[in-house]
Amino acid sequence: MNNQARKGFPQGDFSWAGLPALYGPYVPAPDAKSPDRMAQHKQEQNKILGSLEEAVRLSGLRDGMTISFHHHFRNGDYVVNMVLDKLAEMGFRDLTLAASSLSAVHDSLIRHIQSGLIRRIETSGLRGRLAKAVSRGLMDIPVIFRSHGGRAYAIETGELKIDVAFLGAPSCDPSGNANGYARDGEGIFCGSLGYAKVDAAYASKVIVLTSHIVPYPNAPFGIPENDVDYIVEVDEIGDPAGIMTGATRFTQNPKELLIAKTAANVIEASGRFYNGFSLQTGTGGASLAVSRFLREKMLAKGITASFALGGITGSMVEMHEEGLIKKLLDVQSFDLRAAESLKNNHFHQQISASYYASPGNPGTAVNQLDVVVLSALEVDIAFNVNVLTGSDGVIRGAIGGHSDTAAGANIAIVTVPLIRGRIPSIVSNVGTVVTPGCTVDVVVTDQGTAVNPVRKDLIERLAAAGIPLCSIEELQRKAEAVVGKPEPIRFTDQVVGVVAYRDNRVIDVIRAVHA
Amino acid sequence: MKIIKTAVAGTMESSDIMITLSPAAEGISIDLDSTVKEQFGGQICAVIRETLQKMGITAAEVSAVDKGALDCTVKARTEAAALRAGDTQADWEGLP
Amino acid sequence: MSFTKDRLRRTMLFIPGNNPGMLRDCHIYGADCIMLDLEDSVSIYEKDAARLLVRSALQSMDYGQQDGRTEVLVRINDLKSGGLTDLEAVVPLGKTLIRLPKTETPNDVLECEAEISRLEKAAGLEVGSTGMMAAIESAEGILNARDIAKASQRLVGIALGAEDYVTDLKTTRSAEGTELLFGRSMLLHAARAAGIAAIDCVYSNVNDEEGLVAQAKLVHTLGFDGKSVINPRQIDPIHQVFTPTQKDIEKAMAVIAALKEAEQKGSGVISLGGRMVDRPVVKRALYQLELAKAMRLI
Repeated sequence: MNNQARKGFPQGDFSWAGLPALYGPYVPAPDAKSPDRMAQHKQEQNKILGSLEEAVRLSGLRDGMTISFHHHFRNGDYVVNMVLDKLAEMGFRDLTLAASSLSAVHDSLIRHIQSGLIRRIETSGLRGRLAKAVSRGLMDIPVIFRSHGGRAYAIETGELKIDVAFLGAPSCDPSGNANGYARDGEGIFCGSLGYAKVDAAYASKVIVLTSHIVPYPNAPFGIPENDVDYIVEVDEIGDPAGIMTGATRFTQNPKELLIAKTAANVIEASGRFYNGFSLQTGTGGASLAVSRFLREKMLAKGITASFALGGITGSMVEMHEEGLIKKLLDVQSFDLRAAESLKNNHFHQQISASYYASPGNPGTAVNQLDVVVLSALEVDIAFNVNVLTGSDGVIRGAIGGHSDTAAGANIAIVTVPLIRGRIPSIVSNVGTVVTPGCTVDVVVTDQGTAVNPVRKDLIERLAAAGIPLCSIEELQRKAEAVVGKPEPIRFTDQVVGVVAYRDNRVIDVIRAVHA
Repeated sequence: MKIIKTAVAGTMESSDIMITLSPAAEGISIDLDSTVKEQFGGQICAVIRETLQKMGITAAEVSAVDKGALDCTVKARTEAAALRAGDTQADWEGLP
Repeated sequence: MSFTKDRLRRTMLFIPGNNPGMLRDCHIYGADCIMLDLEDSVSIYEKDAARLLVRSALQSMDYGQQDGRTEVLVRINDLKSGGLTDLEAVVPLGKTLIRLPKTETPNDVLECEAEISRLEKAAGLEVGSTGMMAAIESAEGILNARDIAKASQRLVGIALGAEDYVTDLKTTRSAEGTELLFGRSMLLHAARAAGIAAIDCVYSNVNDEEGLVAQAKLVHTLGFDGKSVINPRQIDPIHQVFTPTQKDIEKAMAVIAALKEAEQKGSGVISLGGRMVDRPVVKRALYQLELAKAMRLI
């Protein structure tokens, strides 16, 4: 029966109730349950298309637009190369490629840049031959480097507008619920899809590429179906061996262990080692090993951590399962152990890059960190850190969450060997400023520990605990005394990279090296 | 002293330098391959030259493959190669 | 540089003399002594290169031997097979002690000492300024340990080289170290009778920290000054074994306070809590405090 026909049902629109005219009275659909309507639902629920080409066509991608990718498959990624080959074949030009990061496996990009398919790149980092080529002036427009939090912020603020996101997913159901693992345990594992979540939420069109279609509902999911437009099933999305190893192994390198042990002592004495503290460690040898020494201290003092953040490794998982770390907030799972834990442990939570580190989100997880342990290529006497360019001026790294966590954490500790081979790590001026010195609190090397002079509180606490300290200038001099003074790198005037700080502002530029 | 045959000292390990010395008619020529050539290439060649000079060697062809060796290693490997390639025994007082 | 007989020698880190990376980094791990090796870790074809490398490193690196942080030794080859050239390469620098391998008789020490004296004189160094350590690695050497330890004023210590020694005994090394019981005890007594240091052998399984600590505890109890190590990772566990407990440290500090009080009073008798403190107790307290200081506990 029609509502309007019912006794007492108000006539006309509902503006008197504050509702816009559009909300008129309900009109019943007599065919709501008709076989045709049911069939239509069924068809709409299924976003799987026959080919990548079809998905690209339906997405409305045009020359000059921006496409995006995530880097959860690290050096085992097949998606970027597969999609770019297809787009080249389809004759696209002048695209902007905005990846959360790029690896050595993406060397084929050189070809696509030379052919005119790709005109601009935004990424967290570059490695391998592509990085070298960019450093030698491959591109007409400089690469924009952003931190993970900065990229999320740029997407949220519309500074980085993604037209079509191509997101590889280890599992996806026909409606588009996608995840970094499959409940049935088959196929590729990458764990968290934290970086891809932002792209999925903000891109105009989202295409999921998967090698593993599972029945609805693919719960739990990293990317919800309402963020996904099209799904393409492909044979392979990545090489498991390149995506992750079984468990990130602790270093046996005595120098890294020495640095890690000192860093753990620094944390213990910092005033931020209390019941319920929070931490993030990197995956570099020394910074990863810190957790092992912290574990001993936590057991000895009966302290547990409230959460560990960031790229999660097997060692964090072990401490979580031991009850030493209550929650894991996982934007990227670094090894199989971490990916399995994300699947099996209740309090191992998948988070997006925005939740992790966006400066637009006041409650962002990095702001709740007590301690972060970071690595570096170079640190200078103003505590500025470079994680992007080598001492030869060539791009060879990624920002990751470096500047985000340094800015957010109460204590940012950079662990770095004083020298590597003949390359000094503590220098007068870093080649590229990625993380500003005002956000870096302690530098731990194998030959001395320096505290940023602005952290008088820390200096007092560490000195009181008997931790030997020296000035950052002393470390720089010590390094130079051993290796000598490097000749300055010769750059050209061409800018090949622009480093955006997490708030979208430019913190440094990278110039081309002489070929 | 004089270089009378080709000789090698050092390894290709990290932080080492492999120096090959061969006889030459006159002058010292250095062919350097180094992981830190941009930053330290000039310094490495200077140390090789200085070391040979102090040993009284005025003619040699030097080929060096460097993996980030410190000056003290460059010096020691040059000395070892020279003594292996030369016509005299080590004269400790004569060494730099 | 002259040498010091009385100093901490909890750990002696072996560094292969032909390895530039290790020669660059060996001083950063906090070992009390660093031994730059020209003997067993260097192949016979590389002896000349290693000798030049160690010499060059000693010339340019600051290992902390000047300010007393670290004691640096060079392990030379047997005098008859290259050891003499080793001495010629490093003694004139005046920057290192000499560790003599496979010492069997006091005469071995004297022969080496004579060469060192000759080289010191030629280099314009004070004769007697170069310290020595003798490694004992055979049954003959162990039985002569007492005379070896007393053979030269240059000797700062004697060390046990276990691999050759157990082979000489026709046995092998066990986890418990039963086979070394006599050798260790003999060497320790010889060292103590001569008033010099006793250094234990290496523990070669670098991944077995438990075994290392057990052996370190054993030799610490026997009275050894320390142990040789082949990996920097072995340093800290051994230092921990040699570290006095908080209670020991407090007791030692009380003893020293009592000593100072007695000195102030001009009294020859030190008393603590109404009881007389013997000289050996004072000596032990001083050693405990030195160990505690090295760990930055006081």
